[in-house]
Amino acid sequence: MIRATLEKRFAPGPESAGFHLQVEIEAGPGVTVLYGPSGSGKTLTLDAIAGLTTPDAGRIMLDDRILFDAGARVNVPARLRTAGYVFQNYALFPHMTVRENLKFAAHALPRLERHRRITEQLERFRLTPMGGRYPHELSGGQKQRASIARALIANPRVVLLDEPARGLDPELRADLYRLIEELRDSLRVPIFLVTHDLEECLALAGNVLVYEAGRVVHRASPTELLRNPGTEAIARLLGGFNLHEAEVLALDPARQTSRLRILGEEIDGPNLRGCFRGDRVRLCSRPEELRLATSAGPNRIGAELKRSIERPQFVRAEFAENIAVDLPRESWKKLQESAGRWWIEIPADSLRQIAR
Amino acid sequence: MATDWFPLWLSLEVASVATVLALGLGLWLAWLLANREFAGKDLLDAITTLPLALPPTVLGYYLLVVIGRNSGFGRAWEYVTGSPLVFTWRAAVLASLLHAIPLLVKSARAALESVELSYARAGRCLGASEWRLFWRVSLPLARRPIAAATALAFARSLGDFGATLMIAGDIPGRTQTAAIAIFDATESGHAAEARWMVIAISVLTAGIVYIANRLERRRVAA
Repeated sequence: MIRATLEKRFAPGPESAGFHLQVEIEAGPGVTVLYGPSGSGKTLTLDAIAGLTTPDAGRIMLDDRILFDAGARVNVPARLRTAGYVFQNYALFPHMTVRENLKFAAHALPRLERHRRITEQLERFRLTPMGGRYPHELSGGQKQRASIARALIANPRVVLLDEPARGLDPELRADLYRLIEELRDSLRVPIFLVTHDLEECLALAGNVLVYEAGRVVHRASPTELLRNPGTEAIARLLGGFNLHEAEVLALDPARQTSRLRILGEEIDGPNLRGCFRGDRVRLCSRPEELRLATSAGPNRIGAELKRSIERPQFVRAEFAENIAVDLPRESWKKLQESAGRWWIEIPADSLRQIAR
Repeated sequence: MATDWFPLWLSLEVASVATVLALGLGLWLAWLLANREFAGKDLLDAITTLPLALPPTVLGYYLLVVIGRNSGFGRAWEYVTGSPLVFTWRAAVLASLLHAIPLLVKSARAALESVELSYARAGRCLGASEWRLFWRVSLPLARRPIAAATALAFARSLGDFGATLMIAGDIPGRTQTAAIAIFDATESGHAAEARWMVIAISVLTAGIVYIANRLERRRVAA
């Protein structure tokens, strides 16, 4: 269990804008994904937890230990923080073999235990034949595994993974995510994962923190996040959402419905909290939640097809006004035969209000 | 007349001791300057560089002020050891040390600073103390440029003239180093006697410079 409130300011320099990190984080065992554009403070957060940077204010608690408290002037040095940090460039010591790298990290363990742990870690991370090799003699995937093995050898109480998938090909990435999933289940400690490819690690994440300009602008489980990104900015960041501009024509809170005008057509919408008649609101939907039709009907709006893209599992039809609809290949073929004009059906529950 | 090789041996001895001392002190200063932020850091940096720029006689003058028989340090030394420090080979070591340190500190600092920061970060997270980090990570990764700087510092110590003359004097058979012996011989019209010494020192120094350059060039591939 880790709880942290962090604040750190960087004054603007001659070639850099100022930066202000201000976040509150709480994570139990399991994977917490830190997601956001580069320069939004994700790595800085990891550095602060590991003790590699000192926040200006705040407090970091790991289990029942205080690692940092600006008020009480507590600042546990990095070497005593028991954080297993896997760096972006792996940072394996180039003048030591894989085994020596592990030995360096296992220094604090008793001698016999140390030897056993090293052999065990090499085995577990499929590195036994590479024990005597130097980092520059390893492949990308092997370096990756060696750096994770090294970070975990002293039984850290929190694991920090900074973009571990960067520069790996898809197969190795899948491998890596399997490994992280396994660690999640066996270690039972908080694991922080900084990443850019959110979709790939959705399966293993318990929680996603969306960073923007030094703040956590949204926190949600992965499924929640894909249902409702909260703000237009996050929807754009995540990508793949349809964004709709709608005018509220009527509201019926009792029946949890509303009447909306989207692209000139009236349709039924969900209950919209905090809105009045006549408001203009921003809504989003997922392409896979919308349906296609070839005739007019309730909740359907006419649309002009721009193009269709064949994907391995489905077909994505893209319409004017940046609306995309995903549908199974079979349905697409069938619809195409009978199509004259296209209608997009927007089910009321596929629409979710987001902040601008 | 046969060449008296004593001055050369003395020079090698003095330079060796001075280089070992300079390496210890220089590495510590270099580590301090490369890793720590403290008040007066710029001042310390300037002071360690000063011997490189000051005329050797000025340096010798200061040394005389600090370790002379009338100075506090000089008296304390005499009280403890029973004999003065000035005009001994130990004083010559001190003069050579002052010349060797700036070279070592400058190069070692640059070498330590050029070791990728991520290794130190990783080391700290893996539970290493600063001491262990220095000996196991920073120093091994910076060993080539530091070795090169040590070789150059040795060559520099070998050749000091002005400061050594001022605080160790020119006592044949006791404090007359090679550089001073060569000057003496030429001055008194026996240039031929100094010939072999000159050649020996030149060959030795050229060898050291060659080794230093080789060390500097062959960087470990990351």
